[in-house]
Amino acid sequence: MAALPDPKALEALEVRIAGLSLPEDGCLAPARKAALSRLRQMGLPQRRDEYWKFTRPDTLIQPDPVPAPAFVNDEGPMFDAVERLKIVFVDGIFDPEASDELAMEGVTIERLADVCDKDIHWAKDLYGVLETNGQTPVARPLAALNSAFATDGLAIHVTGTPARPISIVYKHRLETSDALLHHLIRVDAGAELTLLENGPAAARFNKCTEIDIADGGKLHHVRAQGRDHERRTVTHMFARLGAESVYKSFTLTVNGVMTRNEQVVEFTGDDAVAHVAGACVGDGDFHHDDTVFITHDAVGCESRQVFKKVLKNGAVGVFQGKILVKPGAQKTDGYQISQSLLLDDDSQFLAKPELEIYADDVACSHGSTSGAIDEEGLFYLRSRGVPEREAVSLLTLAFLAEALDEIEDPRLSDDLLERLRGWLLRHG
Amino acid sequence: MLEIKNLHARLEEEGKEILKGVDLTVEPGTVHAIMGPNGSGKSTLSYVLSGRGGYEVTDGSATLDGEDLLELEPEERAAAGLFLAFQYPVEIPGVGNMTFLRTAVNAQRKARGEEELSASDFLKIVRERAKALKIDADMLKRPVNVGFSGGEKKRNEILQMAMLEPKMCILDETDSGLDVDAMKLVSEGVNALRDGKRGFVVITHYQRLLDHIKPDVVHIMANGRIIKTGGPELALEVETNGYADILSEVQ
Repeated sequence: MAALPDPKALEALEVRIAGLSLPEDGCLAPARKAALSRLRQMGLPQRRDEYWKFTRPDTLIQPDPVPAPAFVNDEGPMFDAVERLKIVFVDGIFDPEASDELAMEGVTIERLADVCDKDIHWAKDLYGVLETNGQTPVARPLAALNSAFATDGLAIHVTGTPARPISIVYKHRLETSDALLHHLIRVDAGAELTLLENGPAAARFNKCTEIDIADGGKLHHVRAQGRDHERRTVTHMFARLGAESVYKSFTLTVNGVMTRNEQVVEFTGDDAVAHVAGACVGDGDFHHDDTVFITHDAVGCESRQVFKKVLKNGAVGVFQGKILVKPGAQKTDGYQISQSLLLDDDSQFLAKPELEIYADDVACSHGSTSGAIDEEGLFYLRSRGVPEREAVSLLTLAFLAEALDEIEDPRLSDDLLERLRGWLLRHG
Repeated sequence: MLEIKNLHARLEEEGKEILKGVDLTVEPGTVHAIMGPNGSGKSTLSYVLSGRGGYEVTDGSATLDGEDLLELEPEERAAAGLFLAFQYPVEIPGVGNMTFLRTAVNAQRKARGEEELSASDFLKIVRERAKALKIDADMLKRPVNVGFSGGEKKRNEILQMAMLEPKMCILDETDSGLDVDAMKLVSEGVNALRDGKRGFVVITHYQRLLDHIKPDVVHIMANGRIIKTGGPELALEVETNGYADILSEVQ
């Protein structure tokens, strides 16, 4: 956290929250007040902030969202091939009609709005806690803004191994909707959950998820961010991993004028595994930022970051990824790769890979590349009769495959691949 | 079937002329071998015919069954029945060999207005043809040519040829990098496709491939032109005496 907040950053904050009031909600009220006071120490991100060097925060911090029409799409619902427990939010508002009953063996699901009424609840010990930890060494004001003002969200307590994934569907209908949702996920020792998320959510969406995985717990997360061209999104996922736990998160982004996805992962127990991956396809007015911060503070943990971006017609991709290995975090295995496929000269990929290592027995590697489509491969395919457009789409999918391989359930990765194939062919 | 007349081509960037008036006619059902020293333009001829970028045709023509090849995109030439077995098959990470084969077969069928093969029909055919070339299930699953040995890559080329059933096959130094057993396997694959209708142009440095794939006509190419044409005995002559005699004879 900056010692002296920038007056402009503070001013921007006051402008942003002038029309908002802290929800007066029982047990979470102290956490919200604390978040607001944290926020007042930081202000909102400014263009000259180092952490926002590649992404302009303007439209994410201004008081009202830029209007964005909902994208009409005739495709079948995402993840429909999988039996799932569906929970729907429309423009950030829970839709009980469209949602399944929030009940399944092995998990307790509550709405944040309901949690607030209770005096004693586990959510109190998690709400804003990982977000606060994640403010050091780099401030993440939009996450603190979320903790203070989020209007709803889910508190998911995984106690066993539910038979179906939980699937959160975010729908966007109103042109000026501005949604703030905050989810809490607690995975007990040895418990396991698959969490699916999809949809554009709102004209502007700020989502914060705090994930606490106890020893031996597992969370698989697969997300597809919705195809609305004009939507703007900022998301934070804070994960704290106990010993021998597993956290795997994959995000697919196609379209969206502005996306910033932050992943902040901390290993607190030994021999845990975290894989964060993303694939994005950007065409035209498209800015996509993956910002990842992984802290190894335990022995023998494995972290893996795999990010692939396909960019054309002036689209911009950003990757800021850091692996911090604290003193004593021996036998750390850290891997990071970020690659872009630039389909023309107008598109840009900006990457800032970082390693900071204070232990002497670790294996960490990082790589970042930008390249055009492989002309040799393209000719080879065409010489076999594959039309150019189809050949480019095949090579593009091949480029993205390494990131999609991070999804363990083949039904989910096949679903995403098939859609990608269709999108690339239709919009190639 | 394949008719090349006075074909001239140069490198687009450097402007250097590589083909300086190639004339070649391949009748249906015949196998033509093209031999010649390094740098004579053999591979360039195969690239120009298949439509690879980087070359500019400055004069002459090339037709396949009367259709002007030089006017067509590479994929249209393939659909018209032309196939080039690459000297250096390209690795395509991330694209499974099976997906690649099926995409190619169906793209050509579609271009010719034929119905696409169903997944099960395709699988049946590919398995049978792969077996003959000793290509196992694992090689079909792996990404195209990635991690394949030299011999595996060449067998994979022949499998593509067998699946695509072209009218006119050009084999560019298919024997390079092959041991004796692999050469035999590849040759058997090619011979199996000799059906009395299909035409072949076999580009090679060495006579030994022609022991396995017996040519009807042998051409010697040098300095961008075909300088001598004869029967199979011409290949034997090259094997014994090298190119020097023929080159000096022509000059």
